[in-house]
Amino acid sequence: MTFVRTYVEGIGASILGLLAGLGRFSQFMGKVFFWGAHPPVRIKLLMDQLYFIGNKSLFIVGLTSLFSGAVFALQMYLGIKAINMDSIVGPVVAISLAKELAPVFAGLVVAGRCGSAMAAQIGSMKVTEQLDALEVMGINPHQYLAVPRVVGATLSMPLLCGIFMLIGNFGSWLVGVHVLGIDEVMYFQKLSDFMRLGHVAEGLIKAAAFGFLIGMIGTYHGFEVRGGAEGVGKGTNLAVVWGMVTVLVSDYFISSFLAKIL
Amino acid sequence: MADAITFKNVTKTYGDATVLNNLTFGINEGQITTILGFSGAGKSTLMKHILGLTHPTSGKITSLGIDMETLDELGLREFRRNFGMVFQYAALFDFLTAFENVAFPLREFTKMKESEIKAKVTELMQAVELVPESWQRLPSELSGGMRKRVGLARALSLEPRIMLYDEPTSGLDPISTQVVSDLIVSTAKQNAQRKLTSLVISHDVRASLRISDHIMFLEKGQIVEYSTVEGFRNSKNPVIRRFLEL
Repeated sequence: MTFVRTYVEGIGASILGLLAGLGRFSQFMGKVFFWGAHPPVRIKLLMDQLYFIGNKSLFIVGLTSLFSGAVFALQMYLGIKAINMDSIVGPVVAISLAKELAPVFAGLVVAGRCGSAMAAQIGSMKVTEQLDALEVMGINPHQYLAVPRVVGATLSMPLLCGIFMLIGNFGSWLVGVHVLGIDEVMYFQKLSDFMRLGHVAEGLIKAAAFGFLIGMIGTYHGFEVRGGAEGVGKGTNLAVVWGMVTVLVSDYFISSFLAKIL
Repeated sequence: MADAITFKNVTKTYGDATVLNNLTFGINEGQITTILGFSGAGKSTLMKHILGLTHPTSGKITSLGIDMETLDELGLREFRRNFGMVFQYAALFDFLTAFENVAFPLREFTKMKESEIKAKVTELMQAVELVPESWQRLPSELSGGMRKRVGLARALSLEPRIMLYDEPTSGLDPISTQVVSDLIVSTAKQNAQRKLTSLVISHDVRASLRISDHIMFLEKGQIVEYSTVEGFRNSKNPVIRRFLEL
């Protein structure tokens, strides 16, 4: 009986903890919106974040996209070769990349690389009283640290997603045409027949939404850090885990919403 | 002498715990006042109230003639620029060099030209006796005493009206303790004309006796003693006597 009670209490405590966390996250988002709408606009900090999140992620996004496009083309070819439909490898890969693979994979890469860095930077500033120093100077830490990161991630993600689409399609073309021997004219003919601008738009909108969420989650876990180095490690870990989970979970809901309006 | 900061019947409670218990006092303008006490006495909470980082459960705090409760969030931020604070572990921005840390408030809050900022930072660095070789180092490359000095220069950069020192000598060797203590006194003297008020939070009784004009002793959120250094030294209160003998 005691075991059952402890078990039920554990579940209850987890649910309450989750709700409390959601409440704190909502408050945090409110602060970021509030301070984001107030001057000054710190262009240099935003540029720094665009450089860190966008430019510095280019190599890893490029590498991931090249091989994602290549392997997807290979698998698609192996699957549909038997029914003689290999010419549609190009559009299938391109549409998949535009609507799903590019925003989600770029989101996972940015959540892993930048979400963790955001949490670690802000968390270590918190445990060494640097956030208090900002407060005492009359600078709101949410405005100084969170706003540029959230805006930077929101703006960088569509750009990274677009690059992911381009390089992914290049990988698909390379493997499809030059390794598997799909006719190049047919490859591009089918691509132009099936591919729509709306597919690309869907991916870019999703990427912006993922960037916003990754920025919010990464900075939130930085501000939530308690204690010393252990707290920073825990916050960093939570930022990565929740960033990635949120990208995958929100993907369904954003896709459902965009399917109705696009 | 006017009070820079006044507390009137200020009480702060967290749940059942009373951290500040009906405090009424004034901090003299243009003087060095030290708040002494054991850990958990309420010293840091008191400082947070002065800065408006937390609000009293009851009572009224007036700082530089302004009732803190009348200020909204944006007003409080503006008001905090009247304060300079030296943190226990300096709290320097670890992504900026010592020089850039001192220049930071000037870049944020003034329209000074780069050449003016450079001149002002140089002046501040010299005032806190930091050798030029250390100016371009990151905080992680500086000793504890040097970090405190950079923190002091940064806090002074906007010419605050009230300087707050949170455990300024904590973790320092005896020589660095003396250097930092002397800097607190010399900073107060250099800024005596504009009546710089200094409030030091400490549990270093020897350093406090050396630098202060007034000493307040807090225990369990209440004032045990608040007097001049001489009065404090001659206090008959058994808690003070015990603290002085440590």
